Amino acid sequence: MSSVSSVVNNERFAGVNEMVRNVLRHALMIAATALLGGLLTATMVRFAPGFSVDERQLDSRLSPESMQALREARAAERNVVHFYASYLYHAAHGDLGVSRTLNRPVRELLAERWPATLRSAGLGLLLGWVMALTLAVSAAMLRRGTFDVFATLLAGAVLCIPSAVLALLSVFANGPAPLVVALIVFPRLYRYCRNLLAQSYNRPHLITAYAKGIGGPRIFCAHVLPLAGPQLLALAGVSVSMAFGAAIPVEAICGIPGIGQLAWQAALGRDLPLLLTLTVLVTLVTLFANLTSDVVAQVLAPRQG
Amino acid sequence: MKIARRFAWFLIAATLLVCLNAGFLAPAHYATQFREAPNAPPSRAHWLGTDALGRDLFSRTLYGTRVSLLLAPAAALLSTLLAGLIGGAAGYLGGIWERLAMAVTDLVLSLPWLFLLITVRALLPLDVSPMTSIAVTFLLLGCLGWAASARVLCAGARSLRQAEFVLQARVSGMHGFRLFAVHVLPNLKPVLYAQFWISVPVFILSEANLGVLGLGVAEPMPSWGGLMRELETMWSPMAEAWKLAPLLLLVMVVGSLQLLISREEIPV
Amino acid sequence: MIPRAVRWLMLLLWSCTALGFAQSGELRFSLHHEPKTFNPLQAEEDSSDTIVYLTAGVLTRVNRQSQALEPALATSWKITDAGRTITFDLRPNVYFSDGTPFTAGDVAYTMRQLMDPALYSPIADQFRTGNGTVVTRELSPHRISITFSAPLVGLDRLFDQVAIMSEHSPHKEMAVLGPFYVADHKPGAYVLLQRNPNYWKKDAAGHQLPYLEYVRLDIQSNRDAEALRLRRGEIHLINELDSEYYDRLASMAPGTLHDAGPGFDTEQMWFNQVPAAPLPTYKLAWFRSTAFRRAISEAINRADMCRVIYNQHAQPAIGPVSPANHFWFNAALQAHPYDPQSALRRLQQDGFRQQGGKLVDRDGHAVEFSLLTNAEKKSRVQMAAMIQQDLDKIGIKINLVTLDFPSLIERITQTFNYEAVLLGLVNVDLDPNAQMNVWLSSGENHQWNPKQAAPATPWEAEIDKLMRTQASALDPQKRKAAFDRVQQIVWDQEPFIYLVHKNALSAISESVVGAQPVVFRPQTYWNIDTLRLKSGAGGH
Repeated sequence: MSSVSSVVNNERFAGVNEMVRNVLRHALMIAATALLGGLLTATMVRFAPGFSVDERQLDSRLSPESMQALREARAAERNVVHFYASYLYHAAHGDLGVSRTLNRPVRELLAERWPATLRSAGLGLLLGWVMALTLAVSAAMLRRGTFDVFATLLAGAVLCIPSAVLALLSVFANGPAPLVVALIVFPRLYRYCRNLLAQSYNRPHLITAYAKGIGGPRIFCAHVLPLAGPQLLALAGVSVSMAFGAAIPVEAICGIPGIGQLAWQAALGRDLPLLLTLTVLVTLVTLFANLTSDVVAQVLAPRQG
Repeated sequence: MKIARRFAWFLIAATLLVCLNAGFLAPAHYATQFREAPNAPPSRAHWLGTDALGRDLFSRTLYGTRVSLLLAPAAALLSTLLAGLIGGAAGYLGGIWERLAMAVTDLVLSLPWLFLLITVRALLPLDVSPMTSIAVTFLLLGCLGWAASARVLCAGARSLRQAEFVLQARVSGMHGFRLFAVHVLPNLKPVLYAQFWISVPVFILSEANLGVLGLGVAEPMPSWGGLMRELETMWSPMAEAWKLAPLLLLVMVVGSLQLLISREEIPV
Repeated sequence: MIPRAVRWLMLLLWSCTALGFAQSGELRFSLHHEPKTFNPLQAEEDSSDTIVYLTAGVLTRVNRQSQALEPALATSWKITDAGRTITFDLRPNVYFSDGTPFTAGDVAYTMRQLMDPALYSPIADQFRTGNGTVVTRELSPHRISITFSAPLVGLDRLFDQVAIMSEHSPHKEMAVLGPFYVADHKPGAYVLLQRNPNYWKKDAAGHQLPYLEYVRLDIQSNRDAEALRLRRGEIHLINELDSEYYDRLASMAPGTLHDAGPGFDTEQMWFNQVPAAPLPTYKLAWFRSTAFRRAISEAINRADMCRVIYNQHAQPAIGPVSPANHFWFNAALQAHPYDPQSALRRLQQDGFRQQGGKLVDRDGHAVEFSLLTNAEKKSRVQMAAMIQQDLDKIGIKINLVTLDFPSLIERITQTFNYEAVLLGLVNVDLDPNAQMNVWLSSGENHQWNPKQAAPATPWEAEIDKLMRTQASALDPQKRKAAFDRVQQIVWDQEPFIYLVHKNALSAISESVVGAQPVVFRPQTYWNIDTLRLKSGAGGH
């Protein structure tokens, strides 16, 4: 008995070991990618034109000493590698640097603004998925030409309206910002979802199942969804960064004090500490979202036929 | 559906024909400013009215369509091909290649490419010709727009790896790129078509946003994206309904494009 | 049953509030971006400047309407020692918003902060002449004399920008002497200012100012959204309105929109004359030729710009100083005429000729150059498009390039990799002394050819001499004569081709009582302490 249980225990231990190794490997990959992303961002921002100049240099009331001081304000950031190393060191101690454009610690700025972005981007993404899935599932299940044309035209129309115009329309109509994010994201999600679902529907064994009279919803849940599952999950992971990207112009126009509003100001001001932190944050969120979708897909995979 | 498809063909062909002959059909040059009539409503002389500087909007729409309609699909094709190759190959090969490719994809999704674009503009000479500037713009858009669908394609290719027909082909001796091109890639078509269809209007609109950075079309040349940006300043859609004309045209073209593509897609 | 006396009392109270005599109301308008600092000595951009104006107590105040200097925290002052020393008599019985008494010590403390070598701000730099040492002597708790190491012209007017800070208050820069103090700040969303109960000013009837209870500044960067909110009544005013919104808001109540006439700002275009610039030598030769610049200026139709782009809310520019600056404007100058024929004649005399519809120089190079501008300002891009059309008529081809602002600044201040630029200048100060760095050939802001070791042309040498004269002369008429001559030289040589003077436009809701929009910033709320809201409008 004890030998059997010890074999079982060994297997379980090996299984846990494997999982821990997997988790560590993923964590390492994420950390390495995020660090690389940070370095690339710092390099791009540093070498883009306009880095070492300041709008205030056009003020004719400044004395030559002040002008010189303005020019030297960026001296610490000139050497990218040095700056990045120092940034990482301080970040490890909880100090994410001071924003150049807003004169406040980056940590404070992020702490006060992330709830607003979570609301606008997060809710918007959720709403976008609901709208896209509703339309795509209806189109796939109904299999009616006219409905498909209508849905395509609707999604296409919304896709063709510039984000700024959508945001302004919402300000005009006093609409909520998450709705704008949802409208920006939904046409892309709809198109992918509809194509994936339609592809799954047209597998030979499903056509047979239809012919045999098996009901629509049953086919959908038991067969179509699992077939399209991995790709839909991958889409879900990618849609997180889509939502963040959409949040930037929306927050700026609708006047929402979120991270997106920060991002645009930081870009214009070449605010390296803030941009670096924002990018690393967005990279980490994207990586986690994609990792989650991969893991979920793997967990659900054995059920697939 | 057949009628709808015929109409789609007709619309796209007519649009292409008209804008390629913009030189003959446009009542005025796109840059000519009729300064006595800025922001004029439609009239016999100006079929779609004039813009803020008195330039004929109908002519500008024709010329703008030419630029956008030819280059945006080309850029969309480029990004679709890149997505197919990178995402598809990553999923097909699996292992370290897949992890590497997906890490690259995630980086492309997250990094602020704005700064790269600004740097590219700085490297170009100031007096670069408008056609070079816009070609560079769409090339950049194509090279940066593949990341989102690459992930989806990777997941798709991954699941195809274990599919019966692929295993069968392998057993019969097909390997490597041939197997990929003949069996895997065609099954990824739905996502590829979706990517292409979305990219066309997205690139057209992005080109206008890049105008802020000095890329894109140089004044006074019009582009669809630029014409659409003017919608931001339109407050009463009812009062100035003619300004919606470029938007309507774009919606119809994009809709028609989808109807044509779906023919090759899965029949619904 | 309510006793009759109480009923009458209630009626009286109600009528008082209905007549709006009780301090009440929250005035709302927008800031275009998050303020960078609340320290008044470091305020450099619009949003911080707005907050400083609304909260700061200053010794002397330039009345934005009359452009004359008025006593504020200083009841009187005297300038002695050839412009080096100024002695202020301070108002007695004044307290900061937190109750700390205001004395000469606070003024001395403020000057010490201002003159701190580690402080780099445009306000401080205007006081730094000579070796920068400043001696303050507190002659009594309400009398202070400040001595500078070198004379300062317009010394008393400079104190309009210096907010007096408290030396002893535990709240540091948050304790203020102005009509309002910062009560709440939600970063990214709004700044709420509340009435300062200790404000020193009273109105003619003896009521303590300000009338408003709160001022709420919402942070809104998009102008379209701001205009929409004004239409809906969510905000009460737009301080600086673009001309395109003026006409679109015209459908609002007629008393809302105000055009105060030409403002102080200028929009100008200039050519790169830096010898070390990475341009072909023949192009540099064109740009350095006065005849070329005059011809370009004459070929530009400024009247059309004012009509088409600004809908007559602008006038053709004359020079660096707009007619709105009553004292300093050289009234003898007129706008450059629009005359393409004359332009062509000038060019022909300079060696250019027409060849196949294009203009070529004496070596056969086609006259073609690029014009840079920043994309964020739509009216500027439109002006550049109109210039492109105008110059096309005389055979000159322009490539219009819009860049983001930092890239543009890098090109014009560091790499000098540009040919022509179209930008605007915001003139905060009326006094030309603030523009020394623009006109001195060794100046950093001498945009067409900055930081010259020695003046490159005789006329730049003459401008140098004249600017130094106006900086040292104490007699205002002598200063004016010198600067008038500078304006004439600039008119003749056109290193900057001035295009338009935009009108100062603003929008104020009809529920705001007492507003008198002017040209001088801040245009609409310069008299914030006497503004009121009609009762029933804009409660908290």
